[in-house]
Amino acid sequence: MSLDSKIPPGPLADKWTNHKFKSKLVNPSNKRKQKVIVVGSGLAGASASATLAELGYQVHCFTFHDSPRRAHSIAAQGGINAAKNYQNDGDSVYRLFYDTVKGGDFRSREANVYRLAEVSSNIIDQCVAQGVPFAREYGGHLANRSFGGAQVSRTFYARGQTGQQLLLGAYSALSRQISLGAVTMHTRVELLDIVVDDGHAKGIITRNLETGEIACHAGSAVVLATGGYSNVFYLSTNAKNCNVTATYRAYKRGACFANPCYTQIHPTCIPPTGDAQAKLTLMSESLRNDGRIWVPKKAGDKRPANSIPEDERDYYLERKYPSFGNLAPRDIASRSAKEVCDAGHGVGATGVGVYLDFSHAIKRLGEDTIRARYGNLFHMYQKITGDNPYEVPMKIYPAPHYTMGGLWVDYNLMSSIPGLFVIGEANFSDHGANRLGASALMQGLADGYFVLPYTIGNYLATEKVEIADTDGEAFKQTKEEAVSVINKLLSVKGTKSSSHFHRELGKIMWEYCGMSRDDAGLKKALEQIPQLREEFWNDVSVLGDNDSYNQALERAQRVADFLEFGELMCLDALTRTESCGGHFRAESQTDEGEAQRKDDEFSYVSAWKFQGVEKTPELIREELNFENVELAVRSYK
Amino acid sequence: MDFTLHIWRQDNNKSSGSFKTYRALDITPEMSFFEMIETVNEKLECNGAGDGRIALEYDCLEGICGTCSLVINGVAHGPNRGVTTCQLHMRSFNDGDHITIEPFRAKAFPVTKDLVVDRSAFDRIIQAGGYVSVNTGGAPDANALPIMRDVADRAMDAAECIGCGACVAACKNGSAMLFTSAKVSHLGALPQGAPERSKRVLKMVDQMDAEGFGSCTNQYECEAVCPKGISTKFIAQMNRDYMRASLSRED
Repeated sequence: MSLDSKIPPGPLADKWTNHKFKSKLVNPSNKRKQKVIVVGSGLAGASASATLAELGYQVHCFTFHDSPRRAHSIAAQGGINAAKNYQNDGDSVYRLFYDTVKGGDFRSREANVYRLAEVSSNIIDQCVAQGVPFAREYGGHLANRSFGGAQVSRTFYARGQTGQQLLLGAYSALSRQISLGAVTMHTRVELLDIVVDDGHAKGIITRNLETGEIACHAGSAVVLATGGYSNVFYLSTNAKNCNVTATYRAYKRGACFANPCYTQIHPTCIPPTGDAQAKLTLMSESLRNDGRIWVPKKAGDKRPANSIPEDERDYYLERKYPSFGNLAPRDIASRSAKEVCDAGHGVGATGVGVYLDFSHAIKRLGEDTIRARYGNLFHMYQKITGDNPYEVPMKIYPAPHYTMGGLWVDYNLMSSIPGLFVIGEANFSDHGANRLGASALMQGLADGYFVLPYTIGNYLATEKVEIADTDGEAFKQTKEEAVSVINKLLSVKGTKSSSHFHRELGKIMWEYCGMSRDDAGLKKALEQIPQLREEFWNDVSVLGDNDSYNQALERAQRVADFLEFGELMCLDALTRTESCGGHFRAESQTDEGEAQRKDDEFSYVSAWKFQGVEKTPELIREELNFENVELAVRSYK
Repeated sequence: MDFTLHIWRQDNNKSSGSFKTYRALDITPEMSFFEMIETVNEKLECNGAGDGRIALEYDCLEGICGTCSLVINGVAHGPNRGVTTCQLHMRSFNDGDHITIEPFRAKAFPVTKDLVVDRSAFDRIIQAGGYVSVNTGGAPDANALPIMRDVADRAMDAAECIGCGACVAACKNGSAMLFTSAKVSHLGALPQGAPERSKRVLKMVDQMDAEGFGSCTNQYECEAVCPKGISTKFIAQMNRDYMRASLSRED
């Protein structure tokens, strides 16, 4: 099998315009007859649902939350990039495109990324029109800031809650379509499986979380907007309920999973305090603008931070990367933190953490300036840890934050199953091996507002899809299989909660498939995960039944999928023997110990095709061709 | 630290519920409130003879998604001001404390199970008019319409509402005025929301009443428990908008 990315011909800057023109349109009277199923109501799902409904399609949107306003997009703090060049500092569509391709360490598609940069401006216009209260200057125009090491100020923001405001904007557009009857909203309904018939996605099987009702929904096309899989690590900055179930079950039905090992580990999170920890909290990266990162020079030094003299502190980022210092890219900052902690220099009771110190900045700028810049973040930190960062340094540690991998999609955002579209973090398309700060919100909304609504029309117009009968064989069989998984879980009647297995899986993934990987470790993980999975199926305890609100059952199903998915991630990491983007492969480093990319061998997308749970999936390579940018080597020295 | 928990258990919105007592042992002060309850749940999940997991909802654990919804010792979101339940840590309690944990209670928030309630009434209030009627595409350049910074800031103050429903749970009338007024004031303050300002406030208030939320009698309990510190001045703003709009009401 080979994968066709369907990248349109022609010059880079004209591809999307030409492609839109060449895409077939659905006649307005026929749009009413087409029913699109959207799973997920975050930035991508809500914006796609609203826009498709505005166009005249019947839309059914599903979320496992109690309301479409709760998706984890809401927690994004920093901002959203757009190539507006409002600051006249030399930004352009091409520069945003170039920064994104380079930031992704040359492992993304040029054409997709260019389109993303191209529509970024429309997103800001759209959001302002919806009433999103972006930060403004005194003159009344929109404010921008520089973010994540970018040389231009192109990030738009709404205090520290940009994700919230953008999601509420999309939610308001969605709510309007619900009130008009154009979107049917299904809350507290979780996807169990995708129905594939005759090689096409025909619908989904769902479970109503309140009643346990298993239902079939047929549609002309299915759109997954179900987010990323950072929770495979158990501890991540993702919300507690984020999971891989929808994309993983689509993978089991034949959709290829691309680059599952590409994960982003965020350097500035609050360190874990113990085994009961439920998640890790992200602190905005902007803190690194004024904070200095250090650990004691002497391993095992447990003196309080303020009684360690200057000359006994190791400002390791400033030492190793003099030109970027504390603003070194996320992956470098994260890896360096784990290195110093593994070497015994970690701080705090657990020894898992490094200091982020504002005392110098406070001395230089005054406490009021620091309060104005970071007041809300300091407040949040103090609420969680009980420490006052104006007086003692913060403790930080890296945590999984975003997953660049996802279901493989072509230029039209369609997976390898015709009729199954994947948008937002759930797909793999735009961030390559690493994502730039403030680009996640941009991609989610680009896909939902401005890309999918065009490309899905072309599919519907070309394929002339008939909506399937939910009494048909394909639906019946898929539903039976979904029910059998539930019954199997309920019948184990073991002794351990699903959370126990999830935690154990997380430890394996963090240790062997985290930010630094090697051959021996990954092979060890590939031995341990199947054992853990077997133990799960023999010893998990899921009480209650299927016919009521049963959160233990919901969680167990998600953990069961993570236990299979973790293996796929490790396998992908094992085969990619280069250091690239967010991940470091110990066997592939320069003499100075820096990450070494291998463009000759690995300039491709790894797309995995499912062959059976205990079988090795097939690796399909999509070669990446760079016609417009030159593959540069990153240097932050 | 050890705690005695008195937790509301209720099978569904048709059955009646009652408090049951559980012990949470070996808790550390760093644990969050939900991590503490989960230690109890882990045991319940593995005990076939017990009551099963206590149903409860939380998600982001950063105080922004608005999913968590507990009344702790009689106060929505617990003893600390300006936080959601998920931002509450056990260092805010004393070793040996008895802690009473209930769902958000209001006529318009029926109990789904145990500590989980149905807040879909909030969604229906937004659906009644909490938006600017603009389709995707065709929006003018974002800087075409300058907006005074303090106006944008005021809109943002209102827009910070996370839709958790603590305001309703804290109000003796079960009023949703703080929630509704936050959205009315956010959009009403901005020029983009101006054309629909009158229609919006009428429709949203009508929906609020239809859902069975009570009226506001200026007790300010809502503002006191609001994790985002949404001000009751927005209720005053909504009342003014509503009065003005009522005078020209056509239906």
